[in-house]
Amino acid sequence: MANLVEIRNLSKTYTRGKQKVEVLHHVNLDIAEGDFLALMGPSGSGKTTLLNLIGGLDSPSEGTLSVGGQRIDQLGEGALAKWRSNHVGFIFQFYNLLPMLSAQKNVELPLLLTKLSAAQRKKNASIALQLVGLAERASHKPNELSGGQQQRVAIARAIVSDPQLLVCDEPTGDLDRQSAEDVLGLLQSLNRDHGKTIIMVTHDPKAAEHARHVLHLDKGTLVESAEVA
Amino acid sequence: MNLLINVITVVVVIAVIAVLVVVPIAVVGILALLLAVWMATTRTGRQAWSVTRVGIATIPQRLGSSSVIVVGIAGVVGVLVALLAMGEGFRQTLQQTGDADTAIIMRGGATAELSSGVSRDDFTLIAQEPGIVKDAKGKPVASPELVVVANLPKKSSGTDANVEIRGVGEQAFELRPNVKIAEGRSFKPGLRELVVGKGALAQFTGLSVGSKLNLANQQWDVVGVFTSGDAHESELWGDVETVSTTYRRTGYQSITVRLTSPEAIETLKAGIAADPRLKVDVKTTGDYYSAQSENLSKIIRIIGIVIGSIMGIGAVFGALNTMYAAVATRAREIATLRAIGFRGLPVVVSVLLETMLLALLGGILGAAVTWLIFNNYTVSTLGSNFSQVVFAFKVSPALIASGLKWALAIGFVGGVFPALRAARLPVTTALREL
Amino acid sequence: MKYFHLVWAALFRRKTRTLFTLLSVLAAFLLFGLLAAVRSTFDAPPSAAGVNRLVVSSRISIIQSLPQSLLQRIQSVPDVKDVAYANWFGGYYQDPKNQQQMFQIAINPGYLDVYPEIVLSADQRKAFESTRTGALIGEAAAKALNLKIGDKIPIKGAIFTNKSSGDTTWTFDIVGIFKASEAKMRGIENQLLFRWDYFNEGRGFGEGTVGWYIAQVDDPKHSEQVAAAIDAISANSDHETKTQTEEAFNLAFVKQLGDIGLIVGAIMAAVFFTLVLLTGNTMAQAVRERIPELAVLKTLGFSNASVLGLVLAESILLIVLGGTLGLLLAQVLLPALNAGSGGRMNFPPIGVSTWITGLVWMIGIGIVVGLLPALRGMRLRIVDALAGR
Repeated sequence: MANLVEIRNLSKTYTRGKQKVEVLHHVNLDIAEGDFLALMGPSGSGKTTLLNLIGGLDSPSEGTLSVGGQRIDQLGEGALAKWRSNHVGFIFQFYNLLPMLSAQKNVELPLLLTKLSAAQRKKNASIALQLVGLAERASHKPNELSGGQQQRVAIARAIVSDPQLLVCDEPTGDLDRQSAEDVLGLLQSLNRDHGKTIIMVTHDPKAAEHARHVLHLDKGTLVESAEVA
Repeated sequence: MNLLINVITVVVVIAVIAVLVVVPIAVVGILALLLAVWMATTRTGRQAWSVTRVGIATIPQRLGSSSVIVVGIAGVVGVLVALLAMGEGFRQTLQQTGDADTAIIMRGGATAELSSGVSRDDFTLIAQEPGIVKDAKGKPVASPELVVVANLPKKSSGTDANVEIRGVGEQAFELRPNVKIAEGRSFKPGLRELVVGKGALAQFTGLSVGSKLNLANQQWDVVGVFTSGDAHESELWGDVETVSTTYRRTGYQSITVRLTSPEAIETLKAGIAADPRLKVDVKTTGDYYSAQSENLSKIIRIIGIVIGSIMGIGAVFGALNTMYAAVATRAREIATLRAIGFRGLPVVVSVLLETMLLALLGGILGAAVTWLIFNNYTVSTLGSNFSQVVFAFKVSPALIASGLKWALAIGFVGGVFPALRAARLPVTTALREL
Repeated sequence: MKYFHLVWAALFRRKTRTLFTLLSVLAAFLLFGLLAAVRSTFDAPPSAAGVNRLVVSSRISIIQSLPQSLLQRIQSVPDVKDVAYANWFGGYYQDPKNQQQMFQIAINPGYLDVYPEIVLSADQRKAFESTRTGALIGEAAAKALNLKIGDKIPIKGAIFTNKSSGDTTWTFDIVGIFKASEAKMRGIENQLLFRWDYFNEGRGFGEGTVGWYIAQVDDPKHSEQVAAAIDAISANSDHETKTQTEEAFNLAFVKQLGDIGLIVGAIMAAVFFTLVLLTGNTMAQAVRERIPELAVLKTLGFSNASVLGLVLAESILLIVLGGTLGLLLAQVLLPALNAGSGGRMNFPPIGVSTWITGLVWMIGIGIVVGLLPALRGMRLRIVDALAGR
């Protein structure tokens, strides 16, 4: 399969006060289309930074990064925002739903950036909610849902505009075992049945078992790779 | 239970506002002193003080939202005090114009000099009545007067406004010792000469000493400026006989006399009533001028209170927002205090006290700004003789005191509900939540 | 418009806080509405539509009277349709405090033709013309002083002595009660109109003079030249006149009360300054709390401009909502105030121009208040905001 993500010589340096911290050192990585990759490593290893770079939330200090054949390291802030809305879905540890909106309206959010009509937005959001098994909870506010349910709503929001790439930062970090299993199962099925490429940061080996590949990061460099599935 | 507490709270709030509005500021001071004593001597009081101190110490961290209370209340107090100072200035100016030692005599039923008329014969008769002071030469100190209205352009707008020209008798200066020539000289009887009041000089164009005025198709010379510290300063004075002939009047409008004592008003009244030829009313000038200011100063007062109340309501909600937010950010700290055994009362007192201190600061700021800008700020309006009365805003200590009472009342309302919430905060949830 | 529900939801994220802020804004714009009404009363005293009247008064001063002989000569000025005359009286009924409840004016019968806003039945008009001591009273004054047709009312205290009574008491027979044709003209209902001829014969001095003339012109375009022509009649005499449109005359009178515009402006400046600070703080608080949520929106691909727009829209909506409610409340309160004052206060309703100025202020304040928080929301770095930094 072709590579969806191509990373060459990627470095990222932050300045915190007077200190310069190099979080990623010359990382090279290819991620195939349709892959489900788990990124593991101790905290501070740079895994979230790498994930943010791939997701287009941040720009690298050095090196090239292309996703789906497009060099996103060279995009400006505005172009990057537009690119994200078309190509990436995000899933966070703390779900990050908007508390004052219903599940349905939360899922519709990314569609506000498209040219879809209100009726179509509603329909697509319903389909996405159905896919994650929460159709009957559409009108509930986030605080009326359990953690697992909230994360599933977040997944529905991530896939509603049909991006090729899903970027997950500790998606099960705040969930009990059962809910975590449900969410991981859902991600697996999205990968297997809908062909989504998934990159997941986790420190939970059990979660990593659901991925096709696992990569370890330490002090900003990739240390080994292992086939899992 | 909750409903009962809420009802009691509302009743207490209303009672406190009522008390604050009614009692003099000294009582408020005594209450504050009692509070200080309570804080210094009792255990609960000391607890309250220490909680308050912590709250006040954290104000700099909440500078933005705390300043909402200060500036919000400064705005209310500033506008309120300014408006009341306007009414007070008008009232004082007119009230000072009259006193209990002089009396004004007008035709029976007349409410203002302009609607009065007194004949020359009346003047001769009245001057001989008992109770009137005699000067060194034995002449009664009485001034027959005639008011006419002239159109002159105002400095501020350039448009014509009415100015009062008062023809006075030769005893006028003896009668009103507060009237002093500040510049130039007095008019000479028989000549078309005028002295202008300081207020009129400031409000109208073309009144400086040496200028010429065209009144009733005759040329008049301005020969002097006088001060009096009262409503007469808005007038132009000339010889009553000259004014009378120029305006083709046959008689006078009023007679002002100096009484031998305030009690002599009764002697004078009795003497005049006994003479069937005289159909006139006698009033002290104090009563006469007070009545003239009554209407307008009442209206200004009502307007001030209405505007102040609406603004005050707005400020209360601002204060509520700020203090609810302050209680929310301090919820963990308050819960910790409660957990280690502090009772509810010190917490209530501390939040309330903090709000009222901020409110007081706002009140002082508002009153100070108003005092700086508006104290002695001079304006003019239409008085009862169809002509301009010049007066200055008076930001008196009493007005500042009532402004501060308003500030405290607003602070109290804005603080009491958040204070109760702080005290009722369930300890365990508050500790867990944050 | 598709973002509206986002703005609306954000606004009511903290209901109590939003409610309190709305009420503050409401109070400010209630005041704005009331003061605008006060100011417009003074800027443009109400006048009846379609009348083209000139007021001819003495150039020397308002209290100086004019000879009655001018009537013929004013009437003969080209383009003058009709001339009436009147005299100020200045007495009171029963109590000097009632003076402002009922202004008394002596008029010639033609006065009623020149003032079409005085609505009077034909019978009552006839009665007025046939009763020498007849008087017409405005409805508001009649109600306030509890007077009705057929009452004899003694008026005291005017400058004019009455030859028949020997003092200043004049007695009139009420033969009619008139109404104002338009609500905004209800101020005229605080008048007592009586016959100038009766007054002229009885008065102790100044016979044959009138206080002022009212000349009606056929076309407002001619006002200026007619005024000049009327003033030319008595130029260089001892009774020079000053002729101006009724509007100008009223405005000049009202201006003498003081610079109401300045006072109103100063109060509104204080109110709006306070309001900006107050709501600015609320918006800053609201945005501070919502930084992570705004970061999520940006993550999803919302542009900087849309985040800026969302926050600005929220603050504008907050002010417009509260402000509109405040102006509506003022709109309801003003007629109630007018009614409650028994015709003594006569504030015009809140007009289109006040609404437009009000809305401009609301949007302007909304922008000022929302701009800093909105910029803060726009500039947030997603990575930092998501990490809670």
